[in-house]
Amino acid sequence: MARPDPSVAASERAGDPVLSVRTLAKAYDAGTSRENLAIAEVSFDVAKGEFVCVVGPSGAGKTTLLRCLSGLLVPTSGEVRFEGTPLRAVPDRLSVVFQDYSRSLFPWLTVNRNVAVPLRVAGVGKQQREARIQEVLHAVRLGDVGRSYPWQLSGGMQQRVAIARALAQQPDMLLMDEPFASVDAQTRFDLEDLILEVRRELDITVVLVTHDIDEAVYLADRIVVLTGAPSRVQEIVDVPLERPRTQLGTRSSEAFGRLRRHLMELVTTSS
Amino acid sequence: MTGAVALRWVWSNVWRLWFSAAILVLWWVLSADSTSTFFPPLQRILERLHALWIVGDARRELWSSLGHFAVGYTVAGLVGVGVGALLWKFRRIGDAVSPVLYFVYVIPTAALLPAIVAIMGIGSAMKITIIVLAAVWPTMLNTLDGMRGVDPLKLDTAKVLHMSALRTVRTVVVPAAMPQIMAGLRHSLQVAVIMMVVSELIASQSGIGFFILEAQQRFAITEMWTGIIVLALVGSVLTVVFIAVERVVLAWYIGARAVERKG
Ligand SMILES: Nc1ncnc2c1ncn2[C@@H]1O[C@H](COP(=O)(O)OP(=O)(O)O)[C@@H](O)[C@H]1O
Ligand SMILES: [Mg+2]
Repeated sequence: MARPDPSVAASERAGDPVLSVRTLAKAYDAGTSRENLAIAEVSFDVAKGEFVCVVGPSGAGKTTLLRCLSGLLVPTSGEVRFEGTPLRAVPDRLSVVFQDYSRSLFPWLTVNRNVAVPLRVAGVGKQQREARIQEVLHAVRLGDVGRSYPWQLSGGMQQRVAIARALAQQPDMLLMDEPFASVDAQTRFDLEDLILEVRRELDITVVLVTHDIDEAVYLADRIVVLTGAPSRVQEIVDVPLERPRTQLGTRSSEAFGRLRRHLMELVTTSS
Repeated sequence: MTGAVALRWVWSNVWRLWFSAAILVLWWVLSADSTSTFFPPLQRILERLHALWIVGDARRELWSSLGHFAVGYTVAGLVGVGVGALLWKFRRIGDAVSPVLYFVYVIPTAALLPAIVAIMGIGSAMKITIIVLAAVWPTMLNTLDGMRGVDPLKLDTAKVLHMSALRTVRTVVVPAAMPQIMAGLRHSLQVAVIMMVVSELIASQSGIGFFILEAQQRFAITEMWTGIIVLALVGSVLTVVFIAVERVVLAWYIGARAVERKG
């Protein structure tokens, strides 16, 4: 599998971008006295197979942006194109993982049935469905928990179930909203490595939103740095760290430190 | 460990029952030599109860009551959930209809009895109508409330998983609202039992309520007491059955809440 060549500028890596965001703006309660501009102007592209992180302080409009990218929210102006076509609803080849797994998983369904939901929607037959469930649970390194309910599992395992469910529909792109913000530090490292492995094995494009600069540097090929609300793109930073990355090795490297410092400067001078 | 758990289980059930048992024993002992017309000995009441309700003719009244209850409660439950779901789905219509519903809701059904009897006459249709009219509300309003309270992130998740509207209702909205729907159904159950009796107290020729009223009018006080006890038993059994069903239907909810409380 071809990894992006860091010597080539990111924008030249692939032909058409999978996702293209053009002068996107979003105001809540537009036209009322409570009008609240969450996103002022955001533009960026995501190439096929790329891992892009979007960082910004709390309240910067990251969740708003992600909801616009997924087709859940209609932007006030600007355009989002997924695989060339402007977004109308949530595209078939796109999956979303929300921050709060305890709210996005269905507690009345077992793990197997949670993961089966998108397969049932797609009309996949019983046998194929079961095989596929095993496959994605294996991909997120979940052992024999199919018959358990989500609330019987630890937070980290629940988020793995949510990721497995998102992968079940074989998406081209995965959108994640602070997916590791609600778990403890060790689990967080495990999940970060997991998502890198999954991405490598399945060759999918990932856009991950986070407020954690270290996490963004560790995961991303490119980082879109947002200003505080109403957000604009402050800078798009290339992350030419080599892969595969390891928590200890990568994070203690000099290049990591430099990037981290640069991002810190950007974030602290914005707002 | 399991021994201790079993012991605790036995103990908690003993604890739960001791007061009821004490009352029964007290009633039995204190009424044993009673010559009062209104408080015959419990022993005699139970003997009559056996003769009338277990092997005797009064069984007919029991089946009559239960029949009306079963039809009335089922219709109330289905209509309650159905209309509640429609009011949720068509929110704007719901907004317009809600005030009227709440207005009708606050009229005690008892106050409507004369009107219902006038319109429907006496008989099964009237009784079932009374049960439905009174019992439909708790289920309907709880269904509406429960569905409106579904976490918006769950609905976003449904969209992200490309669920159709129908599948979203089936797979997400109804299960998410189920704890409140069940609370409504339980309240409706109590109302239905009450209205079952009330409907038999007016212009009726059958049912447990009719039996109690008729016994009282004949000064057959012992028989009247048997009717009251049967009624209490019917109410208790229905409640116990409901709780058993609820424990199965809401097993996930009970389990999740227990985990949550442990922290
Ligand atoms: N549903 C909403 N209605 C109105 N304002 C909202 C809504 N959701 C978010 N906002 C506002 O938009 C801004 C950005 O919020 P959000 O996208 O959640 O930021 P982040 O995810 O970066 O913390 C905040 O000022 C927030 O108050
Ligand atoms: Mg957010």
